Amino acid sequence: MSTKTETMAGADAHDVAVTVNGTAYRRTVEGRMLLSDFLRHELLLAGTHVGCEHGVCGACTVIYDGVAVRSCLMFAAQADGHAIMTVEGLAPDAEHMHPLQEAMRECHGLQCGYCTPGILMTMKAFLDDNPAPDETQIREALSGNLCRCTGYQHIVAAVKLAAERLRG
Amino acid sequence: MKPAPFRYVAARTLDQALQLKAEHGDEARFLAGGQSLVPTMNFRLTQPAMLIDINPLVELAGLAKVESGAVRIGALTRYGVLERDPAIARDLPLIHEALPHIAHPQIRNRGTIGGNLAHADPASEMPAIVLALGGKLRAQSVRGERWIAAADFFAGALSTTLEPDEMLTAVELPATQPGSGACFMEVSRRRGDFAIIGVACTLTLDADGSCTAAQIALCNAGDGPVFATEACEALVGQPVDATAIEAAAERVRSAIDPGGSIHGSKDFQRHIAGVLTARALIVANERARQ
Amino acid sequence: MSTRSFGAPIKRNEDARLLSGQALFVDDVELPGMLYAAFLRSNVAHARIRSIDVAAARERSGVVAVYTAADLGAYWAPGPLLVPPPPIAGTIFNQRTQVPLAKDKVRHVGEVLAVVIAQSRYVAEDALSDIAVDLEPLPAVVDLEKAVADASARVHDDVRANIAAHVRQSRGDYAAAKSRADRVIARRFQYDHGASMPIETRGIVANWDARANQLTIWDTTQAPVFLRNGLAAMLGMSERQVRVIAPFVGGGFGPKIMLFYPEEVVIPWAAKKLNRPIKWIEDRLEHFFATTHERGQTHDAEIAVAADGRILGIKDVFLHDTGAYNPYGLTVPINSQCTLLGPYVVPNYDSTFTAVFTNKTIVTPYRGAGRQHGVFVIERLLDIAAYELGIDRAEIRRRNLIPPDAFPYNNEIIYQDFTALSYDSGNYEPILDKALEMIGYDKFLKEEQPRLRAQGRHVGIGVACYVEGTGIGPYEGAKVQVQANGRVSIATGIGTQGQGHFTVFAQVAADHLGVDVADIDVVTGDTDQFYWGAGTFASRGAVVAGNAVNEAAKAVRQKILKLAAEHFECAEEDLEIANGQVSVVGVPGQAIKLGELALKANPMRGAVKPGTEPGLESTQYFGPPSGATASGVHAMIVEVDPQTFTLQVLKYVVVHDCGTVINPLILAGQIHGGVAQGIGNAFYEQLVFDDEGQLLNASLADYLLPTALEVPHMDIAHTVTPSPLNPLGVKGAGEAGAIPVGPLFAQAIEDALGLVQQKVELNEIPLSPNRLFELTAKLR
Repeated sequence: MSTKTETMAGADAHDVAVTVNGTAYRRTVEGRMLLSDFLRHELLLAGTHVGCEHGVCGACTVIYDGVAVRSCLMFAAQADGHAIMTVEGLAPDAEHMHPLQEAMRECHGLQCGYCTPGILMTMKAFLDDNPAPDETQIREALSGNLCRCTGYQHIVAAVKLAAERLRG
Repeated sequence: MKPAPFRYVAARTLDQALQLKAEHGDEARFLAGGQSLVPTMNFRLTQPAMLIDINPLVELAGLAKVESGAVRIGALTRYGVLERDPAIARDLPLIHEALPHIAHPQIRNRGTIGGNLAHADPASEMPAIVLALGGKLRAQSVRGERWIAAADFFAGALSTTLEPDEMLTAVELPATQPGSGACFMEVSRRRGDFAIIGVACTLTLDADGSCTAAQIALCNAGDGPVFATEACEALVGQPVDATAIEAAAERVRSAIDPGGSIHGSKDFQRHIAGVLTARALIVANERARQ
Repeated sequence: MSTRSFGAPIKRNEDARLLSGQALFVDDVELPGMLYAAFLRSNVAHARIRSIDVAAARERSGVVAVYTAADLGAYWAPGPLLVPPPPIAGTIFNQRTQVPLAKDKVRHVGEVLAVVIAQSRYVAEDALSDIAVDLEPLPAVVDLEKAVADASARVHDDVRANIAAHVRQSRGDYAAAKSRADRVIARRFQYDHGASMPIETRGIVANWDARANQLTIWDTTQAPVFLRNGLAAMLGMSERQVRVIAPFVGGGFGPKIMLFYPEEVVIPWAAKKLNRPIKWIEDRLEHFFATTHERGQTHDAEIAVAADGRILGIKDVFLHDTGAYNPYGLTVPINSQCTLLGPYVVPNYDSTFTAVFTNKTIVTPYRGAGRQHGVFVIERLLDIAAYELGIDRAEIRRRNLIPPDAFPYNNEIIYQDFTALSYDSGNYEPILDKALEMIGYDKFLKEEQPRLRAQGRHVGIGVACYVEGTGIGPYEGAKVQVQANGRVSIATGIGTQGQGHFTVFAQVAADHLGVDVADIDVVTGDTDQFYWGAGTFASRGAVVAGNAVNEAAKAVRQKILKLAAEHFECAEEDLEIANGQVSVVGVPGQAIKLGELALKANPMRGAVKPGTEPGLESTQYFGPPSGATASGVHAMIVEVDPQTFTLQVLKYVVVHDCGTVINPLILAGQIHGGVAQGIGNAFYEQLVFDDEGQLLNASLADYLLPTALEVPHMDIAHTVTPSPLNPLGVKGAGEAGAIPVGPLFAQAIEDALGLVQQKVELNEIPLSPNRLFELTAKLR
């Protein structure tokens, strides 16, 4: 029977085997390392951005086991055995962009670009489930991602355009 | 905003999780969705010595109809799953109507009904709904299991009657019946924010349109969800007309003791409680008559 | 100049990197051996420091160093005054600037007390709790009116009544105007502007290479050149030894041009001392305290009007919250003072302000930079006058607009650029007409509003006008160079935080050089790439740097033509530059690629004439004599729930004039973003302080940024009155969207609820459902 006296995480090391954008990674991490920090500083996938670390701004959104989640509210250790897609995995290959990325560029849906990866991942998951959304639905789906630059209008236009193209 | 150090354990079995909780009591916290817990840890407002990750315990998720016709929802069921489940829309329309108001899609993809209820934030929507419907909650520990009536579960702001060694593992809610109508409404600053006031109500009518049962509960109207007992009792036995509705709204306004916040003074909350009660009762009444 | 690229809605060069997550932001910098910093911050607003004991923190495993003010030695000094007070007679100005680590006193919650340098940010934060601070709390100075009482506690012990500054500017004779007036309206207005809250917080990485004798700093700054100059001076280094890089920056909006933030001063010093690279990334909680705000003013204003609504004069006395220190001088309140005049003829004006020290975060410009406050006052006064005189709200504005033949229009008082406030060009009535047409003003008031009211819906309309002084000096520079591979490179000293400089500047140069925008590489924000400049602020990037790019591109064009003419032995007039090459008109085969020509311009052998320069390159500077005045009108239809006081914007129109437009797509984005911040300011965002100077809503859950559901779709239109002050005719546009939204909301909500008729006025911003409930209490 273990005692109640273990409180320090110094010896707390956890193996994480996680697939990110189709590539298998294996690292050992402290229990408290946030998934956002793990992706950015352990795996050097710095495309996922950190804006608040309390689950409000959405900049850190990634797709985890197929659904959009805030990576600042998860620990890397939880991701052991799971699959994640980040913005680096959105484009099909080095020569082509995902229709969402292309549409964002055409519609000027980004300015400073800091919130953009979180919005791309949120919208990818949203369009996967809702291939023909109207403007209200897009804005509702977008409401969990804060953008301080664009006023959202061009982002909404980009999502509509991407949805049309994805529908073929 | 990095959390303070803690020992992380990914639970392999429910027994193991309960065993650890029994050993460490309040120094250990269960990690379910983490959408309420982790922000407080990142702010270092909460510094548990141990985090028991119960996400691997997939048997704690899922819905089932039980013998009585009630819906039993596993505590680990994610809000996103409930949002997409037609059984919820059909059997628990109050939850279905409230879900789009609970935070945002990314939060709902991880957040669990059990975690949200056990967190017991007085401004949260689900505690008010569970209280309105007269649900019951199952607590398990190494000592066994027990069912707690919703009215006995919430013990104040961020506080429940769960013992330090207990885990909330399921919530059971009566399914909506023919002749009943339900409505959930809230006023918040932005969609997904905590409610300034939220109202969950159900009305059951007989063939003449007279009310046979009423349930009204509010969120953010006190230090926990508040059931408006007097307002409900006064509605029973008569048609739900404009006079009855206004009287119910007035009773609700008198019954609650909201705490006020930077987003809404107590007077404003009281005012909104009356407005939303009236509006929700009108809608519930129309739905019951369909 | 052909208009192939200039003026076109060209897609941005920088987007591919940003969209694929490959763009470098400060926190993406990873260096071998890097250490991480965390700052211990005061949790009280005002206190004497008795002691700071860091011994335990130094002992913690993983901690490399802990420093307090005492450790900085001679390096410790208050920061420089960034903007001196303008040359206005009779001005009182008490300079008190921020310090790198607090010594003796703390003056706001969040002021830095100590810094921990550790192996990780996690450990550094752990060590903060090891530091024992003994503070003797003092009464907090929070309320502006109480602050200026003689008996008030003093933020700075030697500054009586917390007077940071006192400035009066006047023109004409207001007293005489008042005596002639048919109506004098006096009111108190409270305007609170919040915090910029970019999605990327601040950050800095400092890398001292002792062997190369070089300090490299990545910083989220809007002013890399000034930062480089100041840090070099502070650290006793030559400017050439210091390189400041502002890479991609996740939103600036003003507070990132505040300079010599404590962290910016401490981290490079620590990096040199420890001989290790050090990273500090501000977290969102810190950001609420550590990065500057804009905040509030209280105005007691009066307007003297004739019976037909013409303004005879305005008098305004206001208090301005400057926070605990005033490194940015008087930019914000001067802007309030000047921009109050708006697009209107105000023959007599008497404006006085007192800037007040408080125990809160420093106030520096945030998008709008004090213009909002002034615009709120004039627009509200006009609305009240309109009601009292029985004149339509749009009509009273129309009657006061500066006529189109009155430009340049000299308002005579001093503006933030230290020159007399002069509007270079403008034509305001067509803007108003267009906005009224787009919003359907007349039809709404005559038909739709009555119809909707009969249905029980409370819908209202608002219209607000403003001008914005943009494009001020001192100057910017740009270097344009044709490279050997045929691509064109442009470097300029300002930084970029999303404004599309990598594209817009390329558009300015592309047509001169006959290349595609996509073949032009723009570098901004790297002091090794361009040495001189001021920064990105005050809606001046496109105007000032854009014009510098224009001059440099023209100069390079001349060099191309001269060299090609020598090469082809023809006259320059016979040449054409297009599609990346120079050709002789009408002579097929006589063409040379620009890259080859560039190689020829830098020979490895032979003789080069004295006085010539190698390469196809030119560096030019542009400094406008004064700012260019943009203008616009916003109009809005809003529906208000009369019981819950929640609202929904049904229609939003912006008609804007920023002179010649370089890229209409990017311009639209700037307007949308400004309006979104304006909506946040009007109805959602407020920094709530208690009497102890504690910020009660220091999280994004409680400081409410508008989302895609709060910001409506906007209809934008433009008029163009080019600026005569620069060859491109451009005016700035970065802040315009944010400026008039406050009075617009107040006016439209009043209209929706019929408040003015019931003797309720909305003379404060921000509003909210709760506040509307309180203000209408007497009606229930």
